[in-house]
Amino acid sequence: MRPGTGLRLAANCCSSERTLTSSDETLTGHSTSDLDLNILVIDEDPVRRAILEAGLREAGFTKVTMLGNTIGLVAQIYALDPDVILVDLENPSRDELEQMFQVSRTVRRPIAMFVEKSDKDTIEAAIDAGVSAYIVDGLKKERVRPILEMTISRFRAFDRLRSELEETKSALRDRKVIEKAKGILMKSRGLDEDAAYALLRKTAMTQGKRLSDVAEGLISAFDLLKE
Amino acid sequence: MSASTPSTSKLETEIHAGFIPLTDCAPLVMVSELGLDRAAGFKLHLHREVSWANIRDKVDVGLFDCAHMLAPLPLAAQLGIGRATQELIAPVALSLNGNTITVSTQLFNDMTAADPGATAQGGMSGAKALAAVVKQRAGEGARPLAFGIVFPFSCHNYDLRAWLASAGVDPDNDVNLVVIPPPLISESLKAGRVEGFCAGEPWGSVAVADGSGVIIATKAQLWRNSPEKVLGVRSLWADRHPDLMDELVRALVQAGQWLDEPGNRLAAAGILADPRYIGVSKERLEPGLALESITFHGHGATRPRLAHAIWILTQMIRWGQAREPFDIARTAASVYRADLYARAMAASGPPAVDTAEVLMPENPARFFGGAEFDPANPLASLSDRRLRASGVDVGRFKQLTP
Repeated sequence: MRPGTGLRLAANCCSSERTLTSSDETLTGHSTSDLDLNILVIDEDPVRRAILEAGLREAGFTKVTMLGNTIGLVAQIYALDPDVILVDLENPSRDELEQMFQVSRTVRRPIAMFVEKSDKDTIEAAIDAGVSAYIVDGLKKERVRPILEMTISRFRAFDRLRSELEETKSALRDRKVIEKAKGILMKSRGLDEDAAYALLRKTAMTQGKRLSDVAEGLISAFDLLKE
Repeated sequence: MSASTPSTSKLETEIHAGFIPLTDCAPLVMVSELGLDRAAGFKLHLHREVSWANIRDKVDVGLFDCAHMLAPLPLAAQLGIGRATQELIAPVALSLNGNTITVSTQLFNDMTAADPGATAQGGMSGAKALAAVVKQRAGEGARPLAFGIVFPFSCHNYDLRAWLASAGVDPDNDVNLVVIPPPLISESLKAGRVEGFCAGEPWGSVAVADGSGVIIATKAQLWRNSPEKVLGVRSLWADRHPDLMDELVRALVQAGQWLDEPGNRLAAAGILADPRYIGVSKERLEPGLALESITFHGHGATRPRLAHAIWILTQMIRWGQAREPFDIARTAASVYRADLYARAMAASGPPAVDTAEVLMPENPARFFGGAEFDPANPLASLSDRRLRASGVDVGRFKQLTP
């Protein structure tokens, strides 16, 4: 997760300037470069959004627009005229978006969900990773697959990051609880720090419990006795 | 029980189900909370989702085996018009009634000014007052009123449209119908993005409680004992796990029975208030859980009724969602699997519930203010050009329906 590196790499292969492609080109599938595909990402999570944007830019995609909320989306979509739209599954506005893709006259080209039966595995992986993709009608799925694969791997990376963060947080919480329980034992039983810790560990082992659970139990019992 | 189950067979007894935070997800929640799943030898894993599109996609790719679904969802999947690729069936229904049409306080005041009698009466009459406001606004060149619905393939969409059409309001041209997910719908009313909505509880009661809306009609007023949610199941999964399918149907029927005991509704509100389920206070869940608002077991609520499926499919034709000809009766029977329901219930001894197909509507006076509908000849209800979307060619469907 170092967007800076990726951005420098991307600068080697393509110009950062926006180039205009005619929509005919996109529809007939003879675009000079798939890196010109217009990609819109809608994701409320700023961290995941940054991870995904870095990934897309590293891969050389230059026309990437990131949106954090769906307010005024119709106008945005009209202005951007995207070829591909990626939406995170936690976004409650998905139903609204789909309806808009189907009926809105303000969306210039019809937008379909990326559901080709032949590409079932990619779709499953996307849904499993927590993202849905929509593409304009007529755009060949082969051209979109690299984008989707990139998105899936970045979503998964984000998930790992989030669970690692959760683990770190809970480890920190555990450590605080254990420190406090140790303090209680030291004061009330006149033990030194090592002996207090050893007692907690022994209790945890004989009761088959986690150390932090034993510590937590001790703290709440101590609080009860105090009152 | 699950701890002693060997790991090899464990997968065979676990069911993953998705749900949307709505009062009518109650039967699924109760199967888990009352331990009806463990008593029957399986484990139900519930997954809260934020959109119907997520429910559809996760069932479609097999992340879920089944889900709390809007009754029209599996039918749309069968017709290939709902973006789903897998066949879905409805072997058991989850609830009857439960929706409200709620309007903003401002619109309610405008309706009262335009037609005080009809507004005060509410229900089907409320539409007349709304029609007066719509006409008035058109005359003044004001922006058309916007109404929120939760999904294109939903009874909410069809209820609201039928209600509007009954008073001569064209739902496609006289008002603007927009899709808003249930948890955001009362917020949208408050923020003035829509002037009204048709959604499941508790969202109407939430709008009333925060002072932003007035419930002008309940589903029970529009059509008493009308279809709402079903358990949508991957057809493949049901074929592969017939015994588990039967156990799940029976557990859901038991949950419905428990929920319909008057004394249990308050306890249910307490359980559903949990953030893992609906995450709305008990007090705000209670109106939507009143016995007259929603039925989980009585009136054959759990039985998938063909007549309901036929009505829903007819609405899809009526409003131009289904354009390719199909056989209405056959499609209804292939999705609403009353046979699977009967199979599950037969195994539990003599039928505890009425399994006979009921006439529909049961009480014509409580069916959209006396509208006509004959499940044996559903297209007759679409003969009036004013009561359907423009451009719908009813004749195309006639040839296929005997």
